[in-house]
Amino acid sequence: MIPEIGQFSLILAFCFAIIQGILPLIGVWKNQPKLANTVVPAARAQFVFIIIAFLCLDYSFYVNDFSVLYVASNSNSQLPLIYRLAALWGGHEGSMLLWVTILSVWTMAVTMFVKNLPESFRIRLIAVMGLVSIGFLAFILFTSNPFERLIPAAMDGRDLNPLLQDPGMVFHPPVLYMGYVGFSVAFAFAIAALLDGRLDITWARWTRPWTTVAWVFLTLGIAFGSRWAYYELGWGGWWFWDAVENASFMPWLVGTALIHSLAVTEKRDAFKVWTVLLSICAFSLSLLGTFLVRSGVLTSVHAFATDPSRGLFILLYLVVVIGGALLLFALRAPNVGLGERFGVVSRESMLLANNVVLAAAAGSVMLGTLYPLLMDALGAGKISVGPPYFDAVFVAIMVPGIFLLGLGPLAKWKKANLPEIGVRIRVAAVISLLSAVLVPFIMGKLTAMVAMGVFMGVWVISTTFVLLINRVKTRGMTGAKLIDTLKSIPLAFYGMLVAHLGIGIFVLGVTLVKGYESEQDLRMDVSDTATIQNLVFRFEGVKDITGPNYMSSQGSIAVSQNGKEIVTLKPEKRFYPVQGSVMTEADIKPGIVRDLYVSLGEPLENGAWSVRIYIKPFVQWIWAGCMLMALGGVLALSDRRYRVANKKAAMDAGYVPGVEA
Amino acid sequence: MSKLVKSLLPLALFFIVVGFLFKGLYLDPHEVPSPLVGKPAPLFNAPVLAETGKKFSSEEMKGKVWLLNVWASWCGACREEHPVLMDMSKISEIQLYGLDYKDTDAEAQDVLKTAGNPYKLVATDMDGRIGIDYGVYGVPETYLIDKSGVIRYKQIGPITKELLYTKILPMVKELQR
Repeated sequence: MIPEIGQFSLILAFCFAIIQGILPLIGVWKNQPKLANTVVPAARAQFVFIIIAFLCLDYSFYVNDFSVLYVASNSNSQLPLIYRLAALWGGHEGSMLLWVTILSVWTMAVTMFVKNLPESFRIRLIAVMGLVSIGFLAFILFTSNPFERLIPAAMDGRDLNPLLQDPGMVFHPPVLYMGYVGFSVAFAFAIAALLDGRLDITWARWTRPWTTVAWVFLTLGIAFGSRWAYYELGWGGWWFWDAVENASFMPWLVGTALIHSLAVTEKRDAFKVWTVLLSICAFSLSLLGTFLVRSGVLTSVHAFATDPSRGLFILLYLVVVIGGALLLFALRAPNVGLGERFGVVSRESMLLANNVVLAAAAGSVMLGTLYPLLMDALGAGKISVGPPYFDAVFVAIMVPGIFLLGLGPLAKWKKANLPEIGVRIRVAAVISLLSAVLVPFIMGKLTAMVAMGVFMGVWVISTTFVLLINRVKTRGMTGAKLIDTLKSIPLAFYGMLVAHLGIGIFVLGVTLVKGYESEQDLRMDVSDTATIQNLVFRFEGVKDITGPNYMSSQGSIAVSQNGKEIVTLKPEKRFYPVQGSVMTEADIKPGIVRDLYVSLGEPLENGAWSVRIYIKPFVQWIWAGCMLMALGGVLALSDRRYRVANKKAAMDAGYVPGVEA
Repeated sequence: MSKLVKSLLPLALFFIVVGFLFKGLYLDPHEVPSPLVGKPAPLFNAPVLAETGKKFSSEEMKGKVWLLNVWASWCGACREEHPVLMDMSKISEIQLYGLDYKDTDAEAQDVLKTAGNPYKLVATDMDGRIGIDYGVYGVPETYLIDKSGVIRYKQIGPITKELLYTKILPMVKELQR
């Protein structure tokens, strides 16, 4: 009964999506307020029914209803409750349901918080989100129904892939989808603006917070995923340039460009055409990512069941949504003015360079991701593009971008003075150069890549502080007034500082872990020791333990430094009987300056095991950097300006003076 | 006009990508041609499962068309494949040999006792050395080897009924002529 209610709700949601997507557009076009005003009730009804469907499916997981095919394929009665609930998005059908659920959450939020826009704009905005939803609901209902029954019911389920039985599974997909799907709002804003002929400062101001929220979620989602891969896969990597990872990284790069170009459009009324194109591209890349993941055209460690008819459906959908959007863009963009002019050296030109770098980086990632497919389609044979391509090309493109990151915020709008910037960054440049020499010296090995990476990381951090000091100086700082001055600086400015700081931390983390990590594959008998750097690892044997739905061999490795024991690591080799698969659970002692990472290999004779020991210096900085970037986004969102803008009829507001970000 | 052309550029690029994606839907990225196809099968000499002291040498197979199925008791997909292998064992043209990969004797014998033994003989590769020579990167894998000892076909992943009757059996008959 419950699954049927879910199914029926999904059909109703589909009907409401059609109403929401089509009637209001006709209403605005024919100037019939009655039709146009269906938009909000329809959107909310759609939200309610999708939530019901979502809850119905999760209820089926909760009660172990193995007469539902999807539940039987992705869950098991022995599976712990939290993973049963998260198993909803463990397979294809449920992932798609999560996708539309999150889309409807965003739509609901838009109907609640977007109030002060002109009627026609607001209605078109919500209607476009309805159009996006129609396609996905149709996709679920016609090709990937999660409520399909299995008659007779299975005795027990085939279990959730053990790789996914991890706390990461609970958070990573929803947060990532919040980001990915959240770009649909910026997309809808762009389409509504093109339809309305209203590409202006107000449009940019209204798009900005929505884009930032989506970007924060995407940043966190990618970071969670990377952290999860780091400990779950057992080989200590944190980014694999896998097709599915790239699918989330491309929208992130374009989304980052979008956040910056929106700032220019809002402040200077420039870059309008470019900004609108980026808004379309960010969401298009999210959709492309969904296609790549769901259609199975590329090989990936994220193995999903694939089916060409599904792929064809999504591809058609891409053609309609992205093709339609780009066609509209082509027709309307030529009429949009260029906006205010700016000098060759100015904050605008720096941000333009930033955008070019980020777009080029996204393009290079896309090329690398699709290249195997291109070659295969052209009959040029099977090839795979691995990390060497991505590392080389991506780093080469990003280096100038990161260098400019240090300069850009110091430049003035419209026209900046190069010598003046030069004077300001003198100290930062010296500090960065010194660090680039000193850090490798302390770590004991110098390579060109490490020196450059350290320079870049410290450069970003030090210029960020220069920026803050400059800001304080211009407002006058003496003694007690310093606190007041710091308080008077808008949160949006701090948001930028913190996010940029995050980039610096991230760059340092990547550089140091790449440059100085050490890895040892050892055969260890019971009570054997291994010495790596100044650490002694002693293997104390393996004991068998039983988990809720697995058997495990748990190793015990005591680590001591200068004769003092610092930690005992307990890596596991787990066997999940339902799927007959073996999982490696690494054990990690995280630290600010280094992680100790141990995983079990294969059992050898007489209680000996092959053991893999990694020392990963500064690896946590990678995720700390991501957290700072996200925190920067949150600070920017908390800025007074948005709260004020919400209260006040924003349409009549021109510039809000004195705020920079 | 040139402005319009310029603004059509993103759309044009998008359609090029779509064209490739469309083509990509009908390609199988998992189908990797093995570099060993068309090359002589690596020779090996390995202990025989459940017959202590006895060895099997792949040279004994010279002059016969045979299939080498790499499997293991720990491999879930092998269990899926097992019924198809049982069917194969009833087809007189097919000579199916097993290679038990990174496994223990006891567990492998257990599987064959309970689920049935489709193999003429099972050679064992406990440390995975033969697997390396054959470029095994996932279990199950199956190699079709001709009379002169050349690998003619490699199947990665389970053999399905369909594959057996549409591809493998016709190839075997062809090679036996």
